[in-house]
Amino acid sequence: MALLEVKDLDVRFAVRGGDLTALRGISFSLDKGERLGLVGESGAGKSVAAFSILNLIAKPGYIAGGQILFEGKDLAAMSERELRKIRGNRIAMIFQDPMMTLNPVLTIGTQMVEAILAHRKISKKEARAIALDRLQKVQIPSPEKRLDQYPHELSGGMRQRVIIAIALLLDPEIIIADEPTTALDVTIQAEIMDLLLNLCEQENVALMLITHDLGVVSQVTQRMLVMYSGRIIEQGPTREIINDAQHPYTQGLINALPQMGEPGERLFQIPGSMPSLKNVPTGCPFHPRCKFATEQCKQAMPEYVRSGNVNVACYEVANLIEQEKRMQEAES
Amino acid sequence: MTSPLVSIRGLEKRFDLSGSLLEQITFEGGRFRRKQEAVHAINGVDLEVHKGEALCVVGESGCGKSTVARTVMGLLSPSAGEIHYDGQRIDNLERKDSLPYRRKMQMIFQNPYASLNPRMTIQQTLEEPIRFHHPDWSPVQVRDKIHEVMHSVGIDPDWGSRFGHEFSGGQRQRIAIARALAVDPEFIVADEPISALDVSIQAQVLNLLMDAQESRGLTYLFITHDLAVVEHFGTRVAVMYLGRVCELADTKTLFSAPRHPYTQALLSAIPKLEDDRPNHIRLKGEVPTPVNLPSGCVFHGRCPYANERCRQEVPQLITTDGGTQVACHAVDEGRL
Repeated sequence: MALLEVKDLDVRFAVRGGDLTALRGISFSLDKGERLGLVGESGAGKSVAAFSILNLIAKPGYIAGGQILFEGKDLAAMSERELRKIRGNRIAMIFQDPMMTLNPVLTIGTQMVEAILAHRKISKKEARAIALDRLQKVQIPSPEKRLDQYPHELSGGMRQRVIIAIALLLDPEIIIADEPTTALDVTIQAEIMDLLLNLCEQENVALMLITHDLGVVSQVTQRMLVMYSGRIIEQGPTREIINDAQHPYTQGLINALPQMGEPGERLFQIPGSMPSLKNVPTGCPFHPRCKFATEQCKQAMPEYVRSGNVNVACYEVANLIEQEKRMQEAES
Repeated sequence: MTSPLVSIRGLEKRFDLSGSLLEQITFEGGRFRRKQEAVHAINGVDLEVHKGEALCVVGESGCGKSTVARTVMGLLSPSAGEIHYDGQRIDNLERKDSLPYRRKMQMIFQNPYASLNPRMTIQQTLEEPIRFHHPDWSPVQVRDKIHEVMHSVGIDPDWGSRFGHEFSGGQRQRIAIARALAVDPEFIVADEPISALDVSIQAQVLNLLMDAQESRGLTYLFITHDLAVVEHFGTRVAVMYLGRVCELADTKTLFSAPRHPYTQALLSAIPKLEDDRPNHIRLKGEVPTPVNLPSGCVFHGRCPYANERCRQEVPQLITTDGGTQVACHAVDEGRL
């Protein structure tokens, strides 16, 4: 059984004039110790997907359907009280901006001890020892001193290390990291990603990494999901998708990277932009920007088809697979 | 070689932190002292931008790249050094004399959500610079010009009566580019113009900037932290660290054979699609604050090749065999 299994998740936002569907039919699973990447552009719904796992979507958002099974228990159906036992304890989160997630008026030590005592019945002294151990794990220089410092006394990279240390406090099974390095410089980003990856491997923690950076995804994750307009349009092993993307959107995303173009030449560009939730196109949401779009694409959302180990939701890919099959049959 | 379009000579910029005289006075060891502190954002930068090229300035937060951009544009006045445009010194001009340069030099900012006035329609936004620089133009001429620039950035001229908030981020950045192009500039300073945009939109805007460069013969000073963009877009690259240029080279040379240890670390830190694991060069510590600059080479505290000379003496840019200019004692001495 998978550690986390999300089945047919629908998330909506109740606004004046009807509901906006932010996530539609999201299904994926995460095994113990596995690293999964969630990729997409702003507005694709990747952060909503991450937040909804711990039921952290603020009103007017709500989970409209589907299941989020963690060790077989449905998080979507749990009471707030039960959920609090899981949040930060079994499933931890790391957010983008470390300055926003740390309390500016409490020392690092106080915040860490508080988090431990919320879940464990141990003495403050023991809790402090755990906090110190985690700070050592994230390779912060002079960790003892950091416990008594305030967040503003640390640099951005250091703060993100503290956040990772806090995520590790209670030995979680899963860490959900929402753009953990986007606010940081490249050299610091590289260090933090390396650290996160090593810790997840050492402690056998599953990682769900939300990012828009395909380079980071290919360095860190084993499997990835590509999201577009609230749907998963492609999912499978990272290497397979990066090397040979099936969905026209994923292909476009990869080919639009400056490193894929010839220096000085025009870059490949996907026309238009991601639709807003208020007017999601009918059928496949990508069809207005897709060069393969046909009448069929405008009618209904394509079903997932399997190509190699990758699941893709695209009529064009389905047709190609169909054609290939027929050719093989004709040959034999 | 032709004379450069823009040249930056011995540029320094400090931002005073110490406040008023009373705030500077402290009582230490039985006597009053006056203490002054400043952020040393730029510490002696010499750069030349040649006509028709795209000079990229890269570096991490706090390296002074945006300050260079703003000082060149006259948005900040240099603490020391000079800015020349087409042979004429422009950093000390009177307001009236600087007007022609304000038309020839335009700027594109990072965040199109902040750089467009929310109370102005797109029409008004684009009209303002044209009317200001061409007060003698007829309304028809102004309108034609607006239509022309809107077309060239791919925004439908019929949308002129809309406000900035009605557009997506990519479209807003196109409008910001249209505003810069509206007065037919020769030189554009672009300060992280695509960092706030999504990948697929970044490609659109980069293509637009390259098209404009080709069709209008523009010269760019392009500020960015994204090395992948630089490799694609730049003619030459200047790498900055703590207010100094540590390496300056042709884009191709810089990416194939980086010389400065900092450039090497920076290049290795870009996550690449073909990587299976992070494989960057590890640097010690973090960027020091620009308030108390390290002595000698500003990079020595994090450099694996630093020796006594690096801690004492500030390295100057030297030209190597490959044509790269690099400020590093280790390269100079042949240790690297």
